[in-house]
Amino acid sequence: MAEIQGKADSGGKGGKKRAKKMSTKIDMTPMVDLAFLLLTFFMLTTTFAKPNVMQLTMPVKEKNEDEQTKLKESEAFTIIMGASNKVYYYAGMNSAESKADLKVTNYGPNGIRQVILDRQRVQPKTVILIKPDDKAVYKNMVDILDEMNITNQKKYALVKIAKSDQDLIKASAL
Amino acid sequence: MPKVKPHRTSPSLDMTPMVDLAFLLVTFFMLTTKFAPEETVVVDTPSSTSEIKLPESNVITLTVDKNKRVFFGLDDEKAKVATLQKVGAKYGVNFNAAQAKAFGNLTNFGVPVGQLGSLLSMDADQRKAVAKTEPGIPMDSLNNQLIDWVIEGRKANLALYKKPTYIAIKGDGEADVPTVQQLIKVLQEKDINRFNLITDLENKPVVSK
Repeated sequence: MAEIQGKADSGGKGGKKRAKKMSTKIDMTPMVDLAFLLLTFFMLTTTFAKPNVMQLTMPVKEKNEDEQTKLKESEAFTIIMGASNKVYYYAGMNSAESKADLKVTNYGPNGIRQVILDRQRVQPKTVILIKPDDKAVYKNMVDILDEMNITNQKKYALVKIAKSDQDLIKASAL
Repeated sequence: MPKVKPHRTSPSLDMTPMVDLAFLLVTFFMLTTKFAPEETVVVDTPSSTSEIKLPESNVITLTVDKNKRVFFGLDDEKAKVATLQKVGAKYGVNFNAAQAKAFGNLTNFGVPVGQLGSLLSMDADQRKAVAKTEPGIPMDSLNNQLIDWVIEGRKANLALYKKPTYIAIKGDGEADVPTVQQLIKVLQEKDINRFNLITDLENKPVVSK
């Protein structure tokens, strides 16, 4: 294919008979084909071998109660991952005396992301408390942590869901 | 006067340098490639926008599947065998040389240490058959074998390579959060606070402030 050989020298007319000169060239095309096939294969397999990771750093447990920083009510914002891909959220604190104003949204780009962005505009110092409900799946957790990354939310914490929060969801029937 | 014939050049070109280069690259990629070893459990990881790559070595992978099972895996063969002996000694289980070798080739496993011996005596096909019924490594407060594996794995790796280990959590998208939280809690009790959650890549959306 790539090699088109010129006419072999046959000695011309009437001349001395010479030994036929064979070309020393060989057709390398199949070899090249194979080489590049292997090359492509190995290149693709190596690039996909390393998985991506999301780094999660949990706070170091503070032994001394006094050294823990208390969260201000005005800065707190709670996100609860519920069952069947529902996200609940409320601003401020929730207690038995003063029920928080619970709202529900989804994981779509117009759901929780907009909520976080709106909140950041109102209160730039927002600290987000992420509380996964027992019925939430791991994907929800990754999604929310990813939203923190997307919305550039620096201060957030993954905490256990409180009984009062579970009651709040039940009572709201959202 | 003879006609002037145009000089005929053959369209062949010398492919030798190209072939040289191609084979050089083939050799390079062949030697650097590490084939992904066979997985005991299939987990479908969720996707995130994080672009950080998992380090190549010194990684302890804790796999959580959707049936609440936890599997332990360590990437280095030597460290793995050392870990096996340490944990085995702690629980009074002895492993022979053949079992230790089989353990070195295992990507991850999910059985309590008492059942590990019989799992290691199986051949690859039998092990594959029982993979679905492996109960996972216990990590509750009464019988916390997982933390022993992690601690001994870290120690063994540190002793061999003088490098700290990364803890990677590979969770299935459908895995339940309490299991993952329990896993994180158990590790936090031993002052392990940094985790790498293995995810697939998705494109980062543009966010307007």
